[in-house]
Order: sequence, then C-alpha cells, then structure tokens
Amino acid sequence: MMWPEFTDRAWLWIAASFYLAGFIQGTVSLLRHGRPPGGTTYLFIAGGYLAQLVGLSIRGRAVAGCPLGNPFEIFQFIAWSAITLYLVVGVTFRKSLFGYFTSGLAASLTLLSLAIPVWDHTQRRPIFGLNPWIELHAALAVFSYGVFGLLALTAFMFLLRNYSLKSKRQGGWFSFLPSIMELDHIGVRLLGAGSAILALSLAVGSVYWLKDISSVNVTKLVLTVVVWLIAAGAFTLRLLGILIAKRFAWVCLSLFIGALLSLAAVDQSRTGGKKTSPASRPARVVLERS
Amino acid sequence: MSTEIFVIGATHHRAPLALREKLALTADGALALAQTFAQIEGLQEFAILNTCNRIEFYGVTGQAGTPARIAAAFCAQQGFAPEEFANLQLRLQGCDAVHHLVAVSAGLDSQMLGETEIFGQVKGAYAAAQAAGFTGPVLNRLFQKSFQAAKHVRTTTAITIGQVSVANVAVDLALTIFGTLTNTRILLLGAGEIGEKTAKAFQSRGAAALTVASRRFERAMELATALDASAMPFTQREARLAEFDVVVCATSAPDPVISLATTRVAMARRPGRPLFFIDLALPRDIDPQVAEIDNVFVYNLDDLAKIAEQNRRARAAEMTKCLAIATTKAEIIWQQISATIGSLPLKLTSRAEGLSPP
Repeated sequence: MMWPEFTDRAWLWIAASFYLAGFIQGTVSLLRHGRPPGGTTYLFIAGGYLAQLVGLSIRGRAVAGCPLGNPFEIFQFIAWSAITLYLVVGVTFRKSLFGYFTSGLAASLTLLSLAIPVWDHTQRRPIFGLNPWIELHAALAVFSYGVFGLLALTAFMFLLRNYSLKSKRQGGWFSFLPSIMELDHIGVRLLGAGSAILALSLAVGSVYWLKDISSVNVTKLVLTVVVWLIAAGAFTLRLLGILIAKRFAWVCLSLFIGALLSLAAVDQSRTGGKKTSPASRPARVVLERS
Repeated sequence: MSTEIFVIGATHHRAPLALREKLALTADGALALAQTFAQIEGLQEFAILNTCNRIEFYGVTGQAGTPARIAAAFCAQQGFAPEEFANLQLRLQGCDAVHHLVAVSAGLDSQMLGETEIFGQVKGAYAAAQAAGFTGPVLNRLFQKSFQAAKHVRTTTAITIGQVSVANVAVDLALTIFGTLTNTRILLLGAGEIGEKTAKAFQSRGAAALTVASRRFERAMELATALDASAMPFTQREARLAEFDVVVCATSAPDPVISLATTRVAMARRPGRPLFFIDLALPRDIDPQVAEIDNVFVYNLDDLAKIAEQNRRARAAEMTKCLAIATTKAEIIWQQISATIGSLPLKLTSRAEGLSPP
C-alpha cells in the first residue's frame, strides 16, 4: 500500500480536520436548515477514523507498541476508541444529533491533544518494557475510557432530551435527539461494555503486578480501580433499578470526566512532574514505504 | 390553441365545507365522471384528484373550450349549479398549473399546512388515471416530476416537521420517550371523544396494546370493542398503573384520578421505564405534582395545544422558502414539458374499458 509521505502527526491533523469538518457542517446545517445533515456527518467521521488509524499505526510502528506513551497519544487513542464504537452504533442514529455530537467530541479530544505540544514532548521508551501483557492491559484500559467517552455523550443527550420533555420545549434541535429509551438502552450497554473491558484490563494487569508488586504505580492502580468500581457500581445499580434516568446520566457523565482527570493524575505520579526520557523526535514519524 | 396543460376544480380555499360536501365524488361517481371525461372532444389526457378538501381535474388539451366542457360535465353529474361552481372555481394553466400540482403534492396548499397524506392521495389519483389509460406523455411527466419536486421541498425544508393536531403531538411526544410504539402499552382513562381520537392516533402510528377504562364499564367495553382494544374496570387504574407506559386521561372527574402517591408506587414497580401521562381532561385528571417525579412526563391539553400551535407557526414560517423552491421546480418542469408538447398526439390513443375509480 502506498501512503503519501505524511508524518504521524500530519495524519492525525487530517483526522482532526475531518472530525472538525463534520462538526462544522453539522452546525451549519442546523443553523441554515434546522436539521442535522444526516449521513454526511457519518462519512466525515469515518474519514477521520481512517486517517487517525493510519496516524496511530505509524506512531505505533515507530514506538514499537501501542501508542500510549504520553497524554497526546492517550487522548488520540481515547478518541479513536470512541469513534470505533460510534461507527457501529451510529449507523442507526445517523439522522439524529448523535453523529454531530460525536464529531464534536472527537474533534475536541484530537485537537486538544494536537494543540498542546508539551503533551507529546516526552515519550517513555520502551513504553511497556518488554511485556506484551502490560501493553494489552494499557490498551484495554484506555479503550474502555473511549467507551466511557461515548457513554458521556449519550448521557449528555439524555439530559438534553429529558430537559426538553420536562420543560416542554420540543422544537428546534431537540427534535433531532434520539428517544429517552433509546439513549437509556445505549447508555446501559456502553456502561456494561466499558466496565467489562476495564475489568479485563485490570485482570490482565494483575497477572503482571502479582509477580512483581514493587513495580506497581500505586496511584495508577488505585485510580484505575476507583474508576472501575464507580463504573461497575453504577452498572449494577442501574440493573437493580436504583440508579435510573437523570441521576444515571449524571453519573455516566461524571465517570468520563473523572476518568480523564485520573489519567492526568496517573501521568503526574508517573513522571513526578518532571519530563523524563524525552523522545528524540516523537512528533515526526514517517512510515517507510514497503 | 396550442396544446396546453390546465387544472380546474374547487378547494377548501374558496369552497366551504357545505359546498365541498356537494362537490365530493363517491367511488362510483368518480368512475362515471371519468367515463364522461373520456368522451370529451379535445381532451387528450386527464386525471381526477378527489379528496375531502379538493376536487381537481388535471388535463391536457388543444382546444380552448375543453376546461369549460369538463366543468359542465362535472356540474351536471353532481347536480351543482354551473354559475356557483364558476364562482368558486380554481382555474390555472401552463406553468401555474404545474406550480399548483407541485404545491399540492408537497402539502403547501393543504388546510393543515405541510401534511403528508395529500402526497399519497395525489399519487393514488395519478396511478388510477394511468392504469385506466387516461394519462399520456404530458401528464406522466408532469406528475412524476412533480412528485420529485414535492419530495425535494419536503426534505430540504422543515415544512413537515412537528405535528399540528393535539392527538398527533401526543403521539410524537410518546415517540420521543419510547422510540417506538410497538411495545408500548397504552391506557385510556375515560371513553369520551377526545380520548378516543387520541387512542386512534396512537393506533394509526403502530400502538398495539390499548386498554380502555371508564367509570361506566359497559361504555369502556363498547369503545374497546370499536378500537380492537381491551377493557379494564376503572377502579383498577391505580393498582395496574405500573403495567402501562402511556396513560391518556380524558375523564370528566371533578378531582384528579391519578395521585402523586399512586404514581410513586407505580414507578417503583417499573424502574428505568418512563411513564407518560397525557392529561386531556378539564379539570385535570393528574395531580400536577406527579410531573416532578423523575422519568415521569405529564402533558396537559394546554401543553399539547401550545406545541401544535408552535409547529403550525414554524411550518408557516417555512412557506416562503417552500414556495420559492416549488416555483423554481415548476418552471423547470414546465420548460421540459413545453419543449416536447408540440409533438404530442391530439387525442388519447387508448381508453381503458374497465375503469378504476381515481
């Protein structure tokens, strides 16, 4: 396969541009025509997804592992994970505002990571030592955060829809939100999936930690377990019918924000506030032609 | 006179209901009229559009007096005074007739602005005329292109967004809560007319499980039978509230028939599943405090009427844009038809023997 000779960051800029274009096009369509653009947002997101896939692949080959070595890569990976799920779930809701909000989320995460160069100035090498299980553990954990990202989006839409119904405002953009029940069902499934993936990640990681407990970053372990406990707890309470509707949506939204904040705390504890092991040229990687 | 497209008829704009009743065609009447039209000299193609709000005849002719002969034949059959018909008559030709058909198909000329039922009715009228051999190259092109134009108007504007009748607004709200009505259980409290209309609106949009409860059980049974629903004693409404997703209240009770405490108990028995109350009663049947419960949505008659009115206004605001599109499309269609109209046969080559009602 012949790819244009772009760096990984160039591909990721292209991906972010696609997501942003989807969001802008959605905004224009809503303002001009009073309705979301439908299928074209999905195409923009799919285009961004492919470009992001290429960018992350180049970065992955360059770092010889899953690119999760710094906040830039983690944010990119979370956005990519959320979009992966959206491409499956979103087909059903392509005429609703789901795609519009998803493109907004993906654009925010990717542009934020690209706009803060310092996030990509350090690179742990090798990222996961020589242990592929730790790599799998990390990839699963960050993927689950992507699932929580999409969950936060559905929770946000649930709150909007709930507000529109309670305040009796049905017109305008509100009319393009999925129904309360659909959003609730998606939310429950996403929370279940995210909890299961994070549980699997912890299980995989625990095999390694049990062998060498001294190597464990306690802050990271505690925060990850806390995130998982909140997710699994919320899921259980939802299934029991105790945590429902608006409160459930707020918990889901908070879960994603909490998960992102925990990543910052983990990164801080890992680097101790210092820039360690600066990458030689982490931001400029070109895939060799085969 | 060169070959010309025309439309004549009467619509709700100028003909009040009492007159439209006299002008309306029965199935047999439409059949007989089509047979009469088929004999009119100079009428090359025609189609009859007969709905509760309009009776319209679309035709193609090369003779100046053909529209008048059509009007006369119609009035003769209906026993309607030709002078009176002339007073309320719609009469357009050429590009104006094309524009009218596009506007009618898109619901822009409907009493309930933007309604979509008319599109199916125009399609039905065309299909019947085509099947009977009454249409030819001009009307075929005219109708087919007009359908495309009408679809374009509807999909590129907000003319069809939002329901404009109270019953349909209630159904739309239920859809924004439940997504689909196929698995939604509906309880109708009260067997009055407004409740019945709302229940029918739910059924027409796919609701399958409907239960009727009324203080007079025999009346509930009667309505349930008419609606192909089940009946329930009114006294069971509180105990069985948790079984239902949508509760349409339209009783004449002086006090609320659903209390806050009852709803709380019901919600505890159906965790995670919303409950939608449509309170069409005056005085209200639902305790207003019920609306404060999480996952419970209460809409009364004023709320629904307000939404219907907002939707009506929103549709009206879209009219300028819709008419501009309809005009552009009509001009294009007219240019296409004009380019070929000179080479048309002067008379229909085949008239079907077995006519179907338009």
